[in-house]
Amino acid sequence: MISDKLKLQPEVLEAVVIRFVGDSGDGMQLTGTQFSDTSAMFGNDIATFPNYPSEIRAPQGSLYGVSGFQVHIGSIEVSTPGDNLDLLVAMNPAGLKTNLYAVKPGHTIIVDTDAFSKKNLEKAQYTSNPLEDGSLENYRIIQVDMTSLTKEALKDVEGLDNKSIARSKNMFALGMVYWMYGRSKDYTIDFFNKKFKNKPSVIEANTKVLNAGYFFAETLELIPNAYTISPAKMESGTYRIIMGNTATAWGFLAAAEKAGLELFLGSYPITPATDILHELVKHKHFGVKAFQAEDEIAGIASAIGASFAGDLAITTTSGPGLALKGEALGLAMIMELPLVVVNVQRGGPSTGLPTKTEQSDLLQAMYGRNGESPVIVIAASTPANCFNFAFEASRLALEHMTPVILLTDGYIANGSAPWKIKSVNDLPEIKTKLIKNPIENWYPYTRNEETLARNWAIPGMAGFEHRIGGLEKDSITGEVSQAPENHEKMTRIRAEKIKRVQNNIPSIKTEFAQSGDLLVIGWGGTYGSLHSAVKQINDEGYKNIGFAHFNYINPLPKNTEDILKKFKKIIVCELNDGQFAKILRINFEGYQFLQKNKIQGLPFGNNELIEEFKKLVD
Amino acid sequence: MEATTEQKYTFKDFASDQEVRWCPGCDDYVILRSMQKALPEMGVKKEDVVFISGIGCSSRFPYYMNTYGMHTIHGRAPGIASGVKLANPNLSVWVMTGDGDAMAIGGNHFIHVLRRNIDLNIVLFNNEIYGLTKGQFSPTSLVGQKTKSSPYGNTQPPFSPGELALGAGARFFGRIAGNVPKDITQMMIDAHKFKGTSLIEVLQNCVIFNDGCFNDITDKNVKEDKQIFLEHGKPMIFGKNRDKGLVLNKLKLEVVTIGENGITQEDLLVHDAKEKDPTLHQMLVRLQYPVATGIIRSFEDVTLEEREDALTKQVKANSKFKKADDLFFSGETYTVK
Repeated sequence: MISDKLKLQPEVLEAVVIRFVGDSGDGMQLTGTQFSDTSAMFGNDIATFPNYPSEIRAPQGSLYGVSGFQVHIGSIEVSTPGDNLDLLVAMNPAGLKTNLYAVKPGHTIIVDTDAFSKKNLEKAQYTSNPLEDGSLENYRIIQVDMTSLTKEALKDVEGLDNKSIARSKNMFALGMVYWMYGRSKDYTIDFFNKKFKNKPSVIEANTKVLNAGYFFAETLELIPNAYTISPAKMESGTYRIIMGNTATAWGFLAAAEKAGLELFLGSYPITPATDILHELVKHKHFGVKAFQAEDEIAGIASAIGASFAGDLAITTTSGPGLALKGEALGLAMIMELPLVVVNVQRGGPSTGLPTKTEQSDLLQAMYGRNGESPVIVIAASTPANCFNFAFEASRLALEHMTPVILLTDGYIANGSAPWKIKSVNDLPEIKTKLIKNPIENWYPYTRNEETLARNWAIPGMAGFEHRIGGLEKDSITGEVSQAPENHEKMTRIRAEKIKRVQNNIPSIKTEFAQSGDLLVIGWGGTYGSLHSAVKQINDEGYKNIGFAHFNYINPLPKNTEDILKKFKKIIVCELNDGQFAKILRINFEGYQFLQKNKIQGLPFGNNELIEEFKKLVD
Repeated sequence: MEATTEQKYTFKDFASDQEVRWCPGCDDYVILRSMQKALPEMGVKKEDVVFISGIGCSSRFPYYMNTYGMHTIHGRAPGIASGVKLANPNLSVWVMTGDGDAMAIGGNHFIHVLRRNIDLNIVLFNNEIYGLTKGQFSPTSLVGQKTKSSPYGNTQPPFSPGELALGAGARFFGRIAGNVPKDITQMMIDAHKFKGTSLIEVLQNCVIFNDGCFNDITDKNVKEDKQIFLEHGKPMIFGKNRDKGLVLNKLKLEVVTIGENGITQEDLLVHDAKEKDPTLHQMLVRLQYPVATGIIRSFEDVTLEEREDALTKQVKANSKFKKADDLFFSGETYTVK
């Protein structure tokens, strides 16, 4: 049944935003992934955003148990999962209630009416049925008895219990949406055939339900409010859809191969970083040694051991885990061993919001260790460039003999986007500090004069036997030394070593206006939101706004001050209470850094940014 | 790991140029010298030996060895050593630790390293006190023991390291007094030869903060009567006159005298260190009189590296991925023209 209070005028849009919501066991993540992958194959640019509760199977029908998957598909460049929805697919009342706010007025909501029982309405805290009480009259509601239709479609399939039948209703919804947006079912049917190779009845059931949904939409002639989303204009090449965490894992595979080292991961499961561990454990064929340790500390400890023994060593975690790793990180820092620590940031403090995104570990990454303990800090900014920055973190660690913290966040780590596949052949060389020939008068802390990086001698190399440790060491021999002046000298050398990394990283570039009234500054995972907001405001005629997004935080790019000078106002936008703004203030006195902060466990919305920017230039 | 060179090391080859800074008279000197004497007998190359330590008096050890070494952070040596060994299984890796380092701050790593059975060796210097922080009670201090942090007597019951280790699945556990350098050397060689995690508990005297803590069992005059030195395959016999032994009476070990009540040597238990079931080993570990020393358990099992290696070979043989590019360009890719 379609409400006809609103006569829909189909329009041609360049992009649409669709969100699938239901119980955390309803398969919404799978449905969303299938739709986005199919659209990417069709040639659309896509960006996705899964939003799920921290409970694995929250009580059915509850408001806090709603799991969602949002996808933004476009014939134009799409850099965020989008703000407001063109289509909401709600599998139950709780999903409708918690997501209605995001639907654009006049746009479409598909609901499974079978799920709107009295019990479910109560669980969603509805006092009357929204499908009947007129509260949705500003939307175009498509009511479908999805559960019944799914059962009907499966009545002839043998070997299915009621639970399996109920569980496949998400494919009915997917089938409908495929028809509405002119997508082929082939990719998903192919997926069933591969995934359930040994369960023919499951393949049959899912295919039948997908078809049933598709033909149901065709019969009803369901038209979406936007029907043409042509392939996007993208750089030519071979692409795949990749999730941020997978891209991070693959960046390390590439770095190890390029550096000619074996890859060692020491890790302990923690949301939202665990998928990097899940990915790397698969790759024993490349000799990857992935070690699930007994805790966060043993995770980094084992990586430090592997680094001492000559591997490209990494450890992966999220905020609370970084706190636990702090002491060991200081050890790696004073021993001057190469090590990459990935922190997939989530909402803090403490356990905080494990499944939500935030950028509030920046100061922890910068300063969260005892003593003067500088390390390199870099941040990835899109799901796909997690690959580049995992590679870059490895390169910098190995070339400068230091720990590197790579910051990503739940938003880009779980989001997916097209990735123009990078061949290892096309990546830059990694020049490790491994000693190749005998060196006269060698000491463990003999340094390269330019970079101040020490050489790397590993067990098994005869003649280089040496001891290192957490105690302060003599600047020449590396032996334990508590001499007052030596300690000050070593402290300054270690700081200078990190500063000189500036010579080995690219300069910061400004997008849009190169000078003018307002410079929008961001860092890390907010690139998509900020870029699309600045682009939109530029398209509206505000040509005086520039945008600079930082991936290198410590050290900052050499030319940072050059770009600050060119704008009258500067606003630093972050998903925290102003941590990068603090860092900029310490480094660049005499500038006023305005702040736009959001601390809700959610990414920036386009409109809130645009509104803020306009206020500053109007 | 085995040296192929003709060159035979002496203990001097393993001594570093660093001045040893333990208190005069400390048993740690005995352990150091025992290790320097054991290494030439193991047939390993100097460059293939790595000593890892945490924090505490014992943890100064790596600085004094002319091998590779890392003096790390409190309690974490087992984790770091695991990484070294997994990165390069060819190395002979040693963890030098103390009762506080291994069982207080590092307790979690200690039990997990034993559970996993990575082929590395742990030497636990047990002196039942914190030395480097100047005399607080440790997890092995006795109830009632007066220390800087328990002036009226310690109220926390102790761990028995062997009991804890066996409970955590240790395959090799040896206990040895700190005043018998030759036996320590031999036990180190045996631990090295053992495939899997080996743990040696040295009953180590702290001359400053807990002097004489093991005197009643390690003193020259009493040790033969108070200790039973176990050897695999030999009867459990002890005493100055070699006339005492152990038998199993119901579920308890019992001390008997040969020649009394018709007991002959044939009635004594024979030590089987290689038995998989650790029940009897646990009983020996817990025994208060006599105190069991020697290699109590030495059960050879598959190591973690062996399991990992077998899996890696299998996955490599069956995989179509040889280079990262094979993975990157596999599966669902698409082309934009």
